[in-house]
Amino acid sequence: MECVIGVVGRDFAVVAADTSAVQSILVHKTDEDKIMLLDSHKLMGASGEPGDRVQFTEFIQKNLHLYQFRNNMPLSTAATANFTRGELATALRKNPYSVNIILAGFDKDAGASMYYIDYIATLHKIDKGAFGYGSYFCLSLMDKLYHPDMTVEEAVDLVDKCIKEIRLRLVVAPQNFAIKIVDKDGARDYARREIGGDSPAAATTAATVATTA
Amino acid sequence: MSIFEYNGSAVVAMVGKNCFAIASDRRLGVQLQTVATDFQRVFKIHGKLYIGLSGLASDAQTLYQRLVFKHKLYQLREERDMKPETFASLVSSMLYEKRFGPYFCQPIIAGLGQDDEPFICTMDCIGAKELAKDFVVSGTASESLYGACESMYKPNMEPEELFETISQALLSSVDRDCLSGWGGYVLIVTATEVQERVLKGRMD
Repeated sequence: MECVIGVVGRDFAVVAADTSAVQSILVHKTDEDKIMLLDSHKLMGASGEPGDRVQFTEFIQKNLHLYQFRNNMPLSTAATANFTRGELATALRKNPYSVNIILAGFDKDAGASMYYIDYIATLHKIDKGAFGYGSYFCLSLMDKLYHPDMTVEEAVDLVDKCIKEIRLRLVVAPQNFAIKIVDKDGARDYARREIGGDSPAAATTAATVATTA
Repeated sequence: MSIFEYNGSAVVAMVGKNCFAIASDRRLGVQLQTVATDFQRVFKIHGKLYIGLSGLASDAQTLYQRLVFKHKLYQLREERDMKPETFASLVSSMLYEKRFGPYFCQPIIAGLGQDDEPFICTMDCIGAKELAKDFVVSGTASESLYGACESMYKPNMEPEELFETISQALLSSVDRDCLSGWGGYVLIVTATEVQERVLKGRMD
């Protein structure tokens, strides 16, 4: 089941999410990108109803672009978080989007920051957070191992520990994860954590390797 | 489970001698899972007027933003701050506007009025005001808060004693409630100064 994880380090933020597109008991694909690059310095990791997730994150992304075109400056991370919350809050009592969001960004003045926004439009600034079934393991792991001003390596190591725990303990664990990072140089892909490729053949080989290893 | 108990909360206000105190817990949860322990439920409207919003965190934020907006318009129009009584009526009418699809919040309003007379009041989610001379409570820990306040409160306390009383009442109450706690936030407001204090409680 869906997992989105986020950690803020010294001058960067890491967002990780599973890449499974699941419907009922079927896994449709294992390379679905759930972390959107909103603009050059913002990442939006989202989980929830797939249709809502795609529509809503694109809607936010496009509005951010529009703002940038109109004003010749990007929206700050805090402003984006508040805009996102506002949209979710107005939708909440009309036709709600079921999306939970971890929003991470880097601003020149404020540095790296991360926000928790759930589908009922609760907004909160956090240093570490997680959504979905994975959160049952990740939150406690991060409480234990997180410390402020982590380095990129330390933060990714923490995310890896979270992914490992999910794979070990979660019955419905997703196969693959994507890890993205945002810092002063912008938002980008950092790494993938995969067991098995997209083809059934690759998955079987990976499964055999995993059991023998 | 009620939607009022979804995030968990505890808010309390007390009246002292020419002063008042308003306090809240710091937990933000999603049912039994704790998401954060630095959540803010007490908000400033102006220097001598504060509102605490228990209940659904999302609606507390929405309501606070709308109230700030309305108060700013009032300040521009009237060139003065709102009296606590007026503000309570504003909150009440805003809540009742949504009678059949309410904000899932139970507000506590505390302020210093004319001649720095303290004013506290609470209301339900559809705006039925309940004024009190001593203390008001709300949130998932409201039952235990009633008990604690009832036994600890005495009239005409000085600010320092009031701080001690409201803090002890809050901390002992949230320990008996699973959904609130994780520290506290206390404001002591007198005519001349506002003291803001963050409490550490049982962090489990």
